[in-house]
Amino acid sequence: MNTTKKFDKSLFEPLAASEKNSEVLAPQAGYWKDAWRRFKANKGALIGLILITLLLLIAFIGPYFNDHNYWSQNPSMSNQEHFGDHFFGTDDKGRDLWQRVWYGAKVSLLIAFIAAFLDVVIGVVFGGISGYFGGRVDAVMQRILEIIYSIPNIVVIILLMMYLEPGILPIAVALSFTGWVPMARVVRAQILKLKTQEYVLAARTMGASHFRILFKHLIPNVMGPIIIAVTFSIPSAIFFEAFLSFIGLGLRPPSASLGILVNDGYRVLQLFPFELFWPALVLSIIMLSFNLIGDGLRDALDPKMKK
Amino acid sequence: MTQPILQVKNLEKHFQLDRNKVLKAVDGISFEVMPGETFGLVGESGCGKSTTGRTIINLYDTTGGEVLFEGKNVHQLKGKNQKKFRRDMQMIFQDPYASLNPRKSVMDIIAEGLDIHEIASGKSREEVVYELLETVGLNKSHAARYPHEFSGGQRQRIGIARALAMEPKFIIADEPISALDVSVQAQVVNLMRKLQKEKGLTYLFIAHDLSMVKYISDRVGVMYLGRMAELADSDELYKEPLHPYTQGLLSTAPIPDPIQAKEREKIRIKGEIPSPLNPPSGCRFRTRCPYAMEVCAKVDPIWQEAKPNHWVACHLYQDSNPQ
Repeated sequence: MNTTKKFDKSLFEPLAASEKNSEVLAPQAGYWKDAWRRFKANKGALIGLILITLLLLIAFIGPYFNDHNYWSQNPSMSNQEHFGDHFFGTDDKGRDLWQRVWYGAKVSLLIAFIAAFLDVVIGVVFGGISGYFGGRVDAVMQRILEIIYSIPNIVVIILLMMYLEPGILPIAVALSFTGWVPMARVVRAQILKLKTQEYVLAARTMGASHFRILFKHLIPNVMGPIIIAVTFSIPSAIFFEAFLSFIGLGLRPPSASLGILVNDGYRVLQLFPFELFWPALVLSIIMLSFNLIGDGLRDALDPKMKK
Repeated sequence: MTQPILQVKNLEKHFQLDRNKVLKAVDGISFEVMPGETFGLVGESGCGKSTTGRTIINLYDTTGGEVLFEGKNVHQLKGKNQKKFRRDMQMIFQDPYASLNPRKSVMDIIAEGLDIHEIASGKSREEVVYELLETVGLNKSHAARYPHEFSGGQRQRIGIARALAMEPKFIIADEPISALDVSVQAQVVNLMRKLQKEKGLTYLFIAHDLSMVKYISDRVGVMYLGRMAELADSDELYKEPLHPYTQGLLSTAPIPDPIQAKEREKIRIKGEIPSPLNPPSGCRFRTRCPYAMEVCAKVDPIWQEAKPNHWVACHLYQDSNPQ
């Protein structure tokens, strides 16, 4: 028995293509917009962002709140706790601590940002080339990287600092001398994962150059992990700068950084604890906020990495 | 007689895995594709059909044999000819979710080729992209959007538009529909057929879905473990498959008519596809072949024309067996 039913052909006429008939698309939401939504949901990260914004704001407008500066000494007013418009008191040479703390914070952040910038430039190029070309190129580049990384970085940084003139840029350079290695590793791992994707093959079949594939297709897709690595490399740079200053290899007086201020305060800790307290507090807030922001960004930009 | 647009001669692609392991993904296959036709390439996963496609378009180097496109060896092109080849031959990929860069807008994805070859910029670049979007059944407003906002079928259309932007003569479609819903498969295949008619394209259509291949292809080649098993006009191949492997494949393909389906003879292919790292001696299909003979284990079957325009590599059809 043949039960095939005959259908009227007119039932199967395709609709004319038009805006109205096209499939409904998801609401337009860019990658960054999505990430911001996830970031906002993270309370800690939001607090970190607010703290760092406030701190930067005070660091820039705070110095205008009193009439002192960070270098003028006044021996008759040394080691005074909060009085008049010396909001944080004065140090052993009678310099205004309020001015010195905010100046020091700016210097520390500047060093950290320069170091992070150098990390990104070197790390992305090195890791990108290593991961993209693979094979022998990768093997050689990875060995170089391992050699650099196998020397304890404190030793390298101390040696470099003895060789270079102390200053903001030399310190940043010394910090990124080994600081770019984790960045290069992150980028290489991501590129290795992405380079076999079909959109890379598609670009190759159209004759795209290696440079174009690497910098127009692959690196933009690694932006998330790069930003995350940066937010973690900033506090580590601040910490290393503080460490260098603490052992006396940092900036020279009267210049200040948070590390120098902590060092100065530490010497008179038992007599005038406030001289350590204020710079240490600012340093802690900066470190904490960047770590909180870094955590938040990792969850926001790379949801898959979350456990 | 017209010249074939693509000639594949004894193509070999071996991957050196480590010092003494060689993966013979493609191991000496030959075929020709005529201008304007659709050549289907079918086979199980892992039989080397995608590798064949990628070697033809010069994503991989060959380890033996040659590929001639319009008479020129694809792997030895330089400078201007290389650039021209990169325009003339395009590829459509299998996974519509991986083949579009998630960080680029549809506009930039489709215009990629235009940018690389500096064909159009500014206003004319936009015009070209809008026109291509209409051609593949999308519309202008989609250009500013990003790939993740589209469905699989729509993404595949974007992939087709990207290939068309280069005004190619030859398109390799590497399982373009296997990742799509059945209802959308037909749309994409029909779009491809329409474009072929309008633009005089030639397709190399790689797939494992026999019914779809039959629908779109003029001739079909069947691959097994890096070798070509059978090649014939698509009607001929489906009516009268010679190679036991083809017969097996066809008998597993569903037929819409249940009465016919009940009556037809079923040939089961036993077991799993052997590892291409260590393929069987002689005929590679013999371990799973219901008609395997003694000679099959000893001698490689010759690739020969068993009937006019019907090629097969099987001892059952060998006129004179070299003993």
